Amino acid sequence: MLTLSVLAVAVALIPLAYLAIRTAEAGGARIAEELLTARVAALAANTLALAAVVTSACLVLGVGSAFLLVRTDLPGRRVFAVLAVLPLAVPTYIAAFAWVSAVDGFEGFWAAALVLTLCSYPYVLLPTAAALAGADPAQEEVSRSLGHNGWHTFTRVTLRQIRPAIAGGGLLVALYVLSDFGAASILRADTFTRAIFLAFDLGFDRTGALVLSTVLVALTVLILTGESATRRRGARYARLSGTRRPPSRAALGGARLPAAAALLAVAVLALGVTAYSLARRMAEGVSRPGTWPDVLAAAGNSLLLALAGTALTMLLALPLGVLNARVPGRLSATLERLSYLSHALPGVVIGLSLVFFGINVAFPLYQTTWLLALAYAALFLPLGVAAVATATAQAPPVLEEVARSLGRGPLGVLGTVTLPLTLPGIGAGAALVFLTCMKELPATLLLRPTGVDTLATELWSNTAVAAYAGAAPYAVLLVLLSSVPTWLLAARTGILSKEVQR
Amino acid sequence: MSRLELRGLARRYGSVAALDGVDLTVPSGTLTAVLGPSGCGKTTLLRCVAGFERIDAGEITVDRRVVAGPAAHTPPQRRQIVIVPQEGALFPHLSVRENVGYGLSRAERRGGRIDEALSLVGLAGYGDRMPHQMSGGQQQRVAVARAMAPRPSLILLDEPFSALDAGLRAELRHDVRAALRADRATGILVTHDQGEALSTADQIAVMREGVIVQSGSPTDIYHRPADAWVAAFVGDAILLSAQDEPGHHGDPAVLRTALGPVVVTELPPGDGALTVLVRPEQIRITTPPAPQAVIATVVGDDFHGHDALVTLSLSDGTQVTARVTAPVEPMIIGDKVGVQVEGSGLAWRDRPGVG
Repeated sequence: MLTLSVLAVAVALIPLAYLAIRTAEAGGARIAEELLTARVAALAANTLALAAVVTSACLVLGVGSAFLLVRTDLPGRRVFAVLAVLPLAVPTYIAAFAWVSAVDGFEGFWAAALVLTLCSYPYVLLPTAAALAGADPAQEEVSRSLGHNGWHTFTRVTLRQIRPAIAGGGLLVALYVLSDFGAASILRADTFTRAIFLAFDLGFDRTGALVLSTVLVALTVLILTGESATRRRGARYARLSGTRRPPSRAALGGARLPAAAALLAVAVLALGVTAYSLARRMAEGVSRPGTWPDVLAAAGNSLLLALAGTALTMLLALPLGVLNARVPGRLSATLERLSYLSHALPGVVIGLSLVFFGINVAFPLYQTTWLLALAYAALFLPLGVAAVATATAQAPPVLEEVARSLGRGPLGVLGTVTLPLTLPGIGAGAALVFLTCMKELPATLLLRPTGVDTLATELWSNTAVAAYAGAAPYAVLLVLLSSVPTWLLAARTGILSKEVQR
Repeated sequence: MSRLELRGLARRYGSVAALDGVDLTVPSGTLTAVLGPSGCGKTTLLRCVAGFERIDAGEITVDRRVVAGPAAHTPPQRRQIVIVPQEGALFPHLSVRENVGYGLSRAERRGGRIDEALSLVGLAGYGDRMPHQMSGGQQQRVAVARAMAPRPSLILLDEPFSALDAGLRAELRHDVRAALRADRATGILVTHDQGEALSTADQIAVMREGVIVQSGSPTDIYHRPADAWVAAFVGDAILLSAQDEPGHHGDPAVLRTALGPVVVTELPPGDGALTVLVRPEQIRITTPPAPQAVIATVVGDDFHGHDALVTLSLSDGTQVTARVTAPVEPMIIGDKVGVQVEGSGLAWRDRPGVG
């Protein structure tokens, strides 16, 4: 199990390792020459500014709406809860496409900032809402009984209880902005991901693309380190054991309707524009001849590529997940951390690194489904590992021991106990990986076999030449596909439940 | 309905000896409690008997059939030894009926054994429930029924009542004991709770640091503990240093202690320092002090309804606890009372066997 796990992590780290090797090969002088330019400085400033703006905006939007949804008597809370989660179902490149096709001249830094904020504020909202719902109301009551008013209690007790959740969500958004390729490139915002893709796509600057990728990796690692630091600090905020009580809700009074109107406005911006624009372009798109065969072919390709990616990902995830659940410890935790490393990297970097890996090292794989499957596995391995680990925890070893002591051999135990308990969870994980592969854009663009177009790449190439009507059917299909894992995610945080479960 | 024998059982983890030569016989149809503090090796012992751990030395036999030894290791599924883990560990995807029938053949499942096992643990009619629809105590009952159903050679209970609250625990303990007796099952109960061991087992094996330090009937262990450690671990113990009074040798001897003269049935030979064991219920308090009684000061009184534990300070500063049954009036802190030891104590020497 350990050997297989190490092997799985090694496979997932191929892109990162190869990137390091290639960059090192380029030599210090060449790197310095590429790195120390006004262009790189401008890119770095732009990317970091975008990350900062989007993260701050998401924190305000996410924490504000989470508080309104979980801790107040806001009218229509359930509807707003659903509306607040739905943006996750819209890949950023589709939101970008929707805005660009609805508003003329919608491009640049602030356009990208708006779209990214509206798409990613649920990353803050979901953990914050979960933390607010789970925070112990007794601590707030103690604060009130010690003579602090509501505002003091909120800032001194409640906010501190949920700070790890807020920080985690914020860093997730920052990571996401760094790695975003679709929205930045459709909206022509000058970021690292877009610059890397252009440098490579225009064909004459491979070293430049590699060096830029390395800078992006360094930024990512920096943010990841910050994230793990807050997570460690967050461990101290564990709830004391005791009976669970739902938190008390504050009465909004006269502010009820304005608060609802504000949430409605955010929802209209985040979803309404996309829905309106998709519906309008869809109507134009389907009326044109020859659309459906293309859409079907692209859907078929997406399906096959995603299947291959899922198969490889789950194959690698199985030993890692079982190891994590059964032999928890420093080693398995390290392996899990390592598998997260490529997950946090931008898809465009993984894709690019594997392109060079394919050309220089594994040429038989280049331009085949399997190299792309490897990219998917590197990107989405943690999703599979988490699912396998959770599923394995459903069948603890003690159950297998009981079964054996009752006279069943190892195969009998596997068939009657282990598999029935773990298969549903592993299946759900595989479905999640599958859907995530379907909507992946940058690595697919870089690695797909020649002439193979998927839903995501068709959408991208149609948008690139402003064929908005042609892009619409792909966009609609992708949104439908993406809404499934979003629903699962939201259901797991419990934000969709009517009241906090006891 | 089988006899289990362990001879010289040893199991090491690196340099730590979890089991260091364990000898134990469990007679057919009885329940033996393996009693020890956490970390004494009792769970390792259980896992070795079940077959989940290999032994490094020694031999395990069931009805003279060797299931584990120097050259043999029967896998768990062929030992006919069934475990009942701490949390019951019912199969969550199977109904109660399917859980109980898990270890049975198809013919046995049809033969009514499932219902029989369920009614033995007082859950007749619960067969169609799912485990999550039952309380913790009911789940434990199902786990016991599941273990009894195939009539195994041996049932291993691994602290099966420790997760339940006190009232439920006593009731379940009683019912499980009755069910095992009715089925004439042979069992080992691993526990760190001396009350549980004393009240349920036919035989108690006290374990410490990988060795069984004493085994015997509950009354034996309580009244004739092998050493001071066992005495303190099983029940409340008052251990007093003692001097033998010249002229009172022979059986029974009388020793001088801070609690006054204590009769011991047997005086250990040698000249090492003497320690005497007295149980709290042997101390009789008299107010006002009886003529020959030792004078003590009351420093604490814990009232429990059926009895009270009175803490007394003796003239030399020693504190002892006396159990007063059916107390009517509370003791007054600071009062001077008289204390006497009733019945006989048990004496040990620091260096036994010398001289």
